Amino acid sequence: MFQFCTDPSLLSDTRWMLCYLTSPKHIAFYYSFGTVLGLLAITAPCALMLGFGGAVAMRSKIAPVRWFGRGYTSMVRGIPDIVFFLFMPIAVDQALEWLRHKVICPDWPDPVRRGSDFVVCAEAKLPLSTSAAWVHDAYSIFLAVLAFSIVFGAFAANVLSGAMTAVPRAQMETAEAYGMSRRQSFWRILVPQMWVYALPGLSNLWQILVKATPLLFLLGITDIVYWARELGGAKTSTFSYPHPDWRLYYFLFLLVFYLALTSVSERLFRRAMVRLSHGQATMAGEAQRKADTNEVTA
Amino acid sequence: MSCWQTVQDYGLRAIGLGERLLPTADITLCHQFTLIGSGLIWNVYFGAMALALGFSMSLALALGKASQNPFLRVPADWFIFVFRGSPLFIQFFLAYEAFVLLPRNGIEINLIFVEITAETRWLTRAWAGALVVLFLNTSAYAGEIFYGALRSVPKGDLEAADAYGMTGWIKFRRVTLPCTLRLAWPSYTNEAIFLFHATTLVYFSGFPAWRQQGDALYYAKYFADKTFNPFVPYPIVAAYFICLTLLLIWLFGTLHKRLNRHVAPEARSRLRLRMQLVR
Repeated sequence: MFQFCTDPSLLSDTRWMLCYLTSPKHIAFYYSFGTVLGLLAITAPCALMLGFGGAVAMRSKIAPVRWFGRGYTSMVRGIPDIVFFLFMPIAVDQALEWLRHKVICPDWPDPVRRGSDFVVCAEAKLPLSTSAAWVHDAYSIFLAVLAFSIVFGAFAANVLSGAMTAVPRAQMETAEAYGMSRRQSFWRILVPQMWVYALPGLSNLWQILVKATPLLFLLGITDIVYWARELGGAKTSTFSYPHPDWRLYYFLFLLVFYLALTSVSERLFRRAMVRLSHGQATMAGEAQRKADTNEVTA
Repeated sequence: MSCWQTVQDYGLRAIGLGERLLPTADITLCHQFTLIGSGLIWNVYFGAMALALGFSMSLALALGKASQNPFLRVPADWFIFVFRGSPLFIQFFLAYEAFVLLPRNGIEINLIFVEITAETRWLTRAWAGALVVLFLNTSAYAGEIFYGALRSVPKGDLEAADAYGMTGWIKFRRVTLPCTLRLAWPSYTNEAIFLFHATTLVYFSGFPAWRQQGDALYYAKYFADKTFNPFVPYPIVAAYFICLTLLLIWLFGTLHKRLNRHVAPEARSRLRLRMQLVR
């Protein structure tokens, strides 16, 4: 990156550090923070949508749909989420390959599961063994996002179904009195009002999601934990930047990063709560109203 | 080989008793159930020990956070902030790296009269190192829960205690503490469930499984990798954990009833089994 970095062994301490921290591997490390934030940006809306679907399914009039919704929302209650993170990617991968196998090579004579092997025909492999390296990377990231979305969708469904039942019954009765259909009263009355009840739960969920992102490492993605271990490990003099075991400092840096991320988002959520409580029939909304009228009269 | 034989060979494999080698070929359902079940010993050990040790620590943290004295409040605040604001996964890694850097031969503590050598080696092993992290982590989460409950102890109860002439320790032990526990119990139950779930992270986070003695998820991943079939071992872990969760809910429900035994039946808060997201 800098001109003087060509021979690190001759550099003074500050320059050495500067060169070390801008080495290509460190640039990749900094980019992996982007991977984490990107995953958050994709997963959060996906999980929210899945959660909304799950919460709606729980209220469905059709019994199998309702059972599905109940099953989906309660699956995260008794089972550790890490089990899902390990299970989902490989299960989805095998399911997709199996489906493709059935469609693409219907006259394959051997069974797919042979003892301790899972073999599909070459054309059904996902991604194809001939495809570029980035396709493989993208596919593994896709599987990770899917796993995160499904698990956090189940958490979100818990929060949203709680919020839906928390909307005062009188509001829905008023909607019915106005002759709104079930669908109309759901979209026009329930959905706009439920967010203020959902926000505390959702903000908590966001924090849990943020704190779950290092688990990407378990899914074999080159994320910040991977780089921290890789870069921090002791380097002998055969490397251009030899140093002892610095993993402790790298992990300290990650710790600070996460502390910053969670405390910033906590502040943002607090602000959003103030906004959303405005004019709501809740304690916070009432307190705001009183504060406003006091200001006017004073 | 009969299933009973398998149970004898692998039932206590997770703590190093029985067969030395893990099954590699001809893996049966019985193998998977037995070995994953034996791994559950570690989950129960980590969860129960961290909860038991963390209980008094979390009460101390809650009192510290609620205290007027800044020398108590600020450290408690920071402790809770650091452990609640960062991922447990990173905490495990960080602690492991820190424990590894401790001197091999132990730390010599020079007290004026005697010299003590504190053994540090065992801290790099999961049974102690991971337990320390889990203990600190659950103390922080439960501390926040107890702090919230401490702040919502009804004013009337405290005034009544004052009116009876109770002060200091007596007032705390007879009025404030029982009331705090009663209010915090549903959230604390939730925290306990999450803690047991979090114990599955231990062997995926730097702490090596010594002689392949791991927890339930460690063995489940072992089988999933060996058989390349995730559809058997992971549902087994899931089933074990659902049983464990139900057991916890029952246990904490019994304690909840005991804490509420003086409250009029209709005023008793039911232990809500709906999951709260406090982590």
